[in-house]
Order: sequence, then C-alpha cells, then structure tokens
Amino acid sequence: MDIFDVFLLEAVLNGLLLGGILALLALGLNLIFGVIDVVWICYAEMIMIGMYAVYYLHNVYHLPLWFAFAGAIAIVAVGGAALHHLVIRPVLAAEPINQLLVTGGVLFFLQAGATLVFGVEFRNVGIRLPQLQVGEMYLSMARLIAFGVALAAMIGMSVFLKRSYLGTAIRAISQDRRIMPLMGVDPNRIFLVTSALGGALAGVAACLLVLQYDIHPAIGLSFGPITFLICVLGGLGNMMGGFIAAFIFAQFISVGGFFLHVEWGYVLAFLFFIAVMFWRPQGILGGK
Amino acid sequence: MLTLENVSAGYGSFQVLFGVSLEVKAGESVAVIGPNGAGKTTLLRVISKLIDATAGEIRMEGRSLNAVPAHEVIGLGIAQVPENRRLFPRLSIEDNLKMGAYLPAARARFAERLEMVFALFPRMKERHAQLAGTLSGGEQQMCAIGRALMSGPKLLLLDEPSAGLAPVVVQAIFEVVRKMSAEGYTVLIVEQNVRQVLKVVNRAYLLETGRIKSSGSAAELLNSSEIRKAYLGI
Repeated sequence: MDIFDVFLLEAVLNGLLLGGILALLALGLNLIFGVIDVVWICYAEMIMIGMYAVYYLHNVYHLPLWFAFAGAIAIVAVGGAALHHLVIRPVLAAEPINQLLVTGGVLFFLQAGATLVFGVEFRNVGIRLPQLQVGEMYLSMARLIAFGVALAAMIGMSVFLKRSYLGTAIRAISQDRRIMPLMGVDPNRIFLVTSALGGALAGVAACLLVLQYDIHPAIGLSFGPITFLICVLGGLGNMMGGFIAAFIFAQFISVGGFFLHVEWGYVLAFLFFIAVMFWRPQGILGGK
Repeated sequence: MLTLENVSAGYGSFQVLFGVSLEVKAGESVAVIGPNGAGKTTLLRVISKLIDATAGEIRMEGRSLNAVPAHEVIGLGIAQVPENRRLFPRLSIEDNLKMGAYLPAARARFAERLEMVFALFPRMKERHAQLAGTLSGGEQQMCAIGRALMSGPKLLLLDEPSAGLAPVVVQAIFEVVRKMSAEGYTVLIVEQNVRQVLKVVNRAYLLETGRIKSSGSAAELLNSSEIRKAYLGI
C-alpha cells in the first residue's frame, strides 16, 4: 500500500500544480468580467496569440527567451486594450447576449485568422523541462514553475487592487460605474487599463503554457471552456471564488485521472460542475 | 464662484430645467429648495456635467464648463455628494475616502485630509476598515461628505443630505453643514427639508417645475408667506 499512497500523493501534488495555472487563467477572465461586466469568450484565443508571439519571437526571430516572454505579454496586453476599444466598447450598453456573441465572434475570427496566417501545423518552442524527482514521486518542472508564477501573479494582482489608487478605482467601478466621474475618474480609461491587464495575464499564461503544450490555432479550445466553467463554479467575477474553484477542478482532473483514466478526470470534474450548478447556481462563493 | 446663466437640461426629449440662473459667491452657503420633481438633482448633475446642458452656460471662477468632460469637473474644485450617497458598498470607509482623493493633486495630501475628515467625523476613524455598505444611513452620509472633502474642493455640492435619515441624524447632518460653512467652505445644497436647511444657509433659491420661482436671504424666505404656506405648513 505504501507505493500506492506515494502515487496518490503525486497525483494530488500534480493537481495542486495544475490548479495554479488554471487559477491564473480564471483570474484574468474574472478581472474582466468583475470590472466590465462582459465575458471575454475569446479569452483563451488571446492566450493562443501570446503562445504564437513567444514562438515567433524566440524560434523564428531568434530573440532571447526572456525577451520573447516580455514581448508576448506586451502584445497580448495591447491586444486586450484593442479588443475593448474596437469590439467591447460599442456594445457596452447592449444586451448581455449580444456582448457574448460578439466576443464569441472574435473567438472564431482569431482562430480562423491564426489558421490562415500561421497554418495548421503544430509548433513547439523546443523547451522541455525535466521531471523533478522528489523521493519516489515525479513532479512536472514546467507545472511547478507555472504554479509559482501563477501564485506570484495572483498575489501581485491582489496587492495592486488593494493598495494602489488605480486598483481601488478598478474595484470601485464594478460597484458603481456611473458615479466614477464625480471622483475624477474617466471610466473608459479604467476599462482600457483593466482590459490591458487582463490581456497581460493571458500573456503570462501563454508564456507558461508554451513550456507544456504544442501551439496550434485551436489550442484555445483546450483551455477556454474549462476556464469559463471554473469562473462560473467559483462565482463569475469573484476572484477568490475562481481561485478556489481552480484548485477543486484540478484535483478532480488529477486524482480522478489517477484512479480511473485521464479522460475520466474531466468527466468527473464536469459532473461535479453540473451538480454544483443545481445546488448553487451563483457559484461556490457567489457572484461578485 | 459658480454662475449658471439660463441653463436648460433634461433627459432625452424630457426637459427638466427651463432657463435656470443662479449664483454662488465664494464663502457663502446657498440652498436650492423645492418639491420633489422640481429638478433639484438634475441641477446638481448638470453642474457636475453628469448630464449636458441643452442651453445656457455654467461658469466656475469665470471658466465655462460647457466643454469640460464630467471627470475633469472635480479638478476645477467642484465636488458633489450625490443623491442617495452612492458610496461603494463593498469598499471600506477608508477606500471610499481614497476614491475621493483620486486626483494626483489630492493624493499628495491624502494623509492630511484623512486626518481632517476623521476630526470632523470621529465615527469614520473608529470604523475606517468597515465596508461602507454595512454603515447606518447617517454614517453613510458622513462618509459621502468625507469622500467629497478628500478632494479639497472649493465648492461642495450636496444633494438631499437629509433624505431617508432619522430626525436626530438629520439634525447632526445639518450641524455638519453649518460647521462647514462656518469654516469657510462654499456650499450649494439642494434640500426638501426646507425648515432645517434655511437655518444653516445664507441664501436660497426656490425651484419649482424646473424654474427659479423666487430667491433671497434665508431669513427672507423663512418669512415669506408663500414658502410658509407651501413648505413649512404654517
């Protein structure tokens, strides 16, 4: 039974590490929804753009990896601001369903555009980090790094939102948008900054994911739906809820996959999601 | 300090203000009184540029506000305590006050003005970490006034500060208004509580159905038979 326990522990730890990156993905989407009240259905496609950015800067233009990472984060941040300015802003006052469909349209636009421009072949930045051996357990080094960076990004974001004037305004605007001008705040500017910040988080996620996954135009589909479900599970717009839900989801995937088959992990996770939706439609911690 | 000349405004095709002219001089406190629906809140909204005037001109210290966007009005020294306080309910008192000091010039003096607001409302200091949404109505009003003061305004606009408050709390709020005008703040206050507000201001305008019906010193209005009959029930 000893060996069995070690493998179970390994699954739990790998689940914890997976939870970190899922939490980072959920953080960006929750930030956008919490502040602007619009769900970026195309969030994972922003990540896909970031992954291609890393690939092109590093493998095609042979720039150093750190530069490619910084560049990818900057590109997706600008992309987030552009998405808000060009697509979201005109439909801010529209029905939620229209906002959803518009960002859904951007999803297919980016996916098809990426297929056209980058082709359908799988790309790889060619960095494969070793497995880390701890006792008898093997942990993914890439996931460990992703976990650490995701945790740091979340702590950084939380400090920024709590301490800075801009962060306080970002929290305030989601509570009363129309009163903001009386504080001297231009709401549109806050929305642009928030969108850029959400984009930057997608960029950070892209840098972490290129270490683990191949890049292709439909890669967003691997993360998009699960990120959205995690946000809903935690309470859409509730950053702490998303954080907790990410780790719950990751455990289902990792431990469930350990006991049964990998695909069963996902089946269990989604069953759990559906059950929670019956029990608490507003999510574990409730909406924002 | 503030001049309105023949200002008209409304919402879409629904006109609320019809050629309103009024003036607030530096250092004085002025009330706009009138019944529900007279356009008092709209008047303050148009001064803060939350809605645009359809005609006429608003000037602050000689400068026209017509082309100024709403978020730049506070930078000219006009802070508003809006109707229903409109605090950020899930932010702490201190974060609400921080939002009042959002402008760069105000940030530099945050600590000093925070002390000033805490001295004016000791209750705010005791509860600085409490969420604004959990405060009583009177405390929320104090927090909202404090938030406006954090910007260091030249002119303070107050929209119905007594609305929805218990009589004893109303007393306290008007005492604060009196204290602020005694300390030299220039105040423009909009109120339905005519009897109380006329005790703490220098001058007042009577606004009815979007038009200024009469104006004068607080004492004159208190003694006018029109006001006594319609608003004081005497």
